[in-house]
Amino acid sequence: MASLDELRQIFFQECEEQLEELTDGLSELESLQTDSDPDPETINRMFRAVHSIKGGAASFSLDAITQYAHAFESILDELRSGKLIMSREIIPVFYRGADRLTDYIAIGEAGGVQNAHELENDISEITALSSFSHHGSAAEPAEDCIAEFVPVALSFGVQEENNPSPQQGDYSINFSPTAALYSNGHEPVQIFRELETLGSLDISFSLGAENVWDASEPDISWHILLSSDCLESEIYEVFEFAQDLAAIKIEMVGKKNSALDNKDAIFPAAQKVEPEVKAQQAEKSDSAPEKVKSGPKATVRVDLELVDELINMVGELVITQAVMTQSITESELSVSRQLATTLDDFKTLTRNIQERVMGIRAQSVKPLFQRMGRIVRETAQIAGKDVRFITDGEDTEVDRTVIERLVDPLTHILRNAIDHGLEHSDRRTEAGKVPNGSVKLSAAHRSGRVVIEVNDDGGGVNREKVLTSAIEKGLVSETAKLGDAEIDRLLFLPGFSTASSVTSLSGRGVGMDVVNSEIRRLGGRVSIISTPGQGTTISISLPLTLAVLDGMVVTVASQTMVVPISAITETIRPEASKIHLIGPEARMISVRDLMLPIIDLGTIFGFESERKLGEDGILLIVEDDKGEQFALAVDHILDQRQVVIKSLESNYGHVPYVAAATILGDGQIALIIDLDEITNEIPTAASASLKSIRASA
Amino acid sequence: MKTETSPEKGSKRELITFSIGQQDFCMDIMLVREIRGWTKVTMLPHSPADVLGVMNLRGAVVPIVDLSARLGLGPCKPSKRDVIIIAHIGNQTVGFLVTAVSDIVGISPDEIQPMPKVGGLDENSFVQGIIASGDRTLRVLDINELAAAMAAEPVEV
Repeated sequence: MASLDELRQIFFQECEEQLEELTDGLSELESLQTDSDPDPETINRMFRAVHSIKGGAASFSLDAITQYAHAFESILDELRSGKLIMSREIIPVFYRGADRLTDYIAIGEAGGVQNAHELENDISEITALSSFSHHGSAAEPAEDCIAEFVPVALSFGVQEENNPSPQQGDYSINFSPTAALYSNGHEPVQIFRELETLGSLDISFSLGAENVWDASEPDISWHILLSSDCLESEIYEVFEFAQDLAAIKIEMVGKKNSALDNKDAIFPAAQKVEPEVKAQQAEKSDSAPEKVKSGPKATVRVDLELVDELINMVGELVITQAVMTQSITESELSVSRQLATTLDDFKTLTRNIQERVMGIRAQSVKPLFQRMGRIVRETAQIAGKDVRFITDGEDTEVDRTVIERLVDPLTHILRNAIDHGLEHSDRRTEAGKVPNGSVKLSAAHRSGRVVIEVNDDGGGVNREKVLTSAIEKGLVSETAKLGDAEIDRLLFLPGFSTASSVTSLSGRGVGMDVVNSEIRRLGGRVSIISTPGQGTTISISLPLTLAVLDGMVVTVASQTMVVPISAITETIRPEASKIHLIGPEARMISVRDLMLPIIDLGTIFGFESERKLGEDGILLIVEDDKGEQFALAVDHILDQRQVVIKSLESNYGHVPYVAAATILGDGQIALIIDLDEITNEIPTAASASLKSIRASA
Repeated sequence: MKTETSPEKGSKRELITFSIGQQDFCMDIMLVREIRGWTKVTMLPHSPADVLGVMNLRGAVVPIVDLSARLGLGPCKPSKRDVIIIAHIGNQTVGFLVTAVSDIVGISPDEIQPMPKVGGLDENSFVQGIIASGDRTLRVLDINELAAAMAAEPVEV
């Protein structure tokens, strides 16, 4: 039996899904043409999402959430019943409502208590909508009903006032619960009690055809005669949580009128689901009928730890497979054809398993994008700019940890795009653009990596200003002649900020360099493309997962090591004449007239003293997180392959200049070098001279 | 479960005995996960002298400690006949290089004599006590102390 804490946790997890549903609905409404009517299905879905949050919150006595969700739900109800007319103006209010609701849920989850005054303000903000169409009278009863609010049974003055009798009368209700209803903890008695609040009941029941009474799967149907003047929709509200778990048939016996149509409008999918209920409830227990209709994939909630363990073990399987294959090939046994084929099959199979298992951790970027939508709205409001936020490729899947760590960088980038990138509307009109700027956030898979782009249609990077600012701050020398792309990249330098005044949004001098280093830490790269007057695109290219890395396998003083490929820009076999000694220690190599300091990995790791370059050895030209280039001297390049990252810290501790370890095909461990640590700490002298050389080059 | 007939039996400690060079040692068997033959390790740069490197234990990266060097008996040149005891201490897995593993003995606590104060060698703090059994002298290693010393050791750069 799940403890209350666990149930609470599940509730908050589900809240996330419901909020996603709500935001989905909102963006659907937003994308509508001004004159077209919204799809009733969309509003129903939003209503249901808010309603489920309310129901759950009420059962955990989370009053703030319950009350706010109730107010929100009432407005949505007005919208779906056509009392509130869909218009452009209400969308931002709804968005704000969804944001507030998210806040309340976050507060509730953290166990905090919402300020009562704020709550009241927020509620009146959203209920204000209803007075749009009702001219005053509606707001009052709506507020009243919050005070005497009952969790599931929904009835408030407004609705009844405006909906006189035609849809009221006596109802005959057939209610046949399935076993799942009981196992989910629902009690028919509870439902009947709630029905009783609507009117007087006459309940009878019949047992199923089989005479055998199975207590674990009771086959019992209830027939309820309800005499009430309530709305049919109110009865459906009562049965809402039981809907997927029982066959429910509601008929009006008093007056025959438009009730049936109405029922279709409110729960269009309900009837459709009825015959299928038994089959479906086996695999789904918490989905709304709408979801059934759109045919989502069946999913299970799995403990993340379990997934991680599985991934680890599959990683080991891949290694073991490689070790086995290698040792069989090396053993010089005459390998039979059959063994060879089996080995190949085994290899393919393990790779496939690995791919699928990695896929488990993958998540669509949609929740991330929705979170960013909120940041865009808030930023736009503070900056006083009207911003259209477009998203694309929301279904792109990325490793869960990558998604989590993208939040901060993307927030920075989006804030920058709105604050610095987009011009004010008067400036835009002058330049002949549409007055409200747009920011596009997109994600896509490109050749084994994920590319996330933030694109704005603003003025582009003001290169003159950037360069002046960089020179003022001493980041580049005054005499430097930089190309356009190089100037754009200056934005990523630590301590760079062009904002002449520090605004609450950006301009604190941190930002883009933090973005850059965070993305580097994820094994990704950031690039910027800007066209003056037309906008800026910042793209982030990331590995699909953090568990594997593309590496170049090299030897350094007969030790095998791995250098992350994402940092390597080229590899060269140096000629002796290109290597210059500067001072007693520092060595440089000129690559296309650019002087790069040489770092000998063998020396760094204390394996050997410096070797004579030129005769043997290879240089890897790498770029560190600050965009500076270095040449790493290694002995040989062995291979280029994907390696599984293994932590050294868990059993040992941090090893200087080593990021992690990996296991190669021969079962041996190879260390993955930490480029940033090497370039950050080692040749401070070399990089200082590098700057001056580069500037005068 | 305690049996009233033989109270010592319940409190007996099972110890695994092994040799390093010419000396016999033992440690609590509950810490030992497995015993493996010596395989080539990958050197760790800038590591203390008694850390030989890391080896692949079914996908996990496990550091191997030269117990001889750690105990001040001088570095041991690992050969194929040497043995690695894989121990699980706290939440870390560590391998100890020893010369040979002999057997498992059940010892009641009163058979363990406290370590007499000799010399003042720091390394002796890793020895909890001494067991004299027949012609053998077993030194009981305090593995937790050993691991704590490992963790505290500053890594020279």
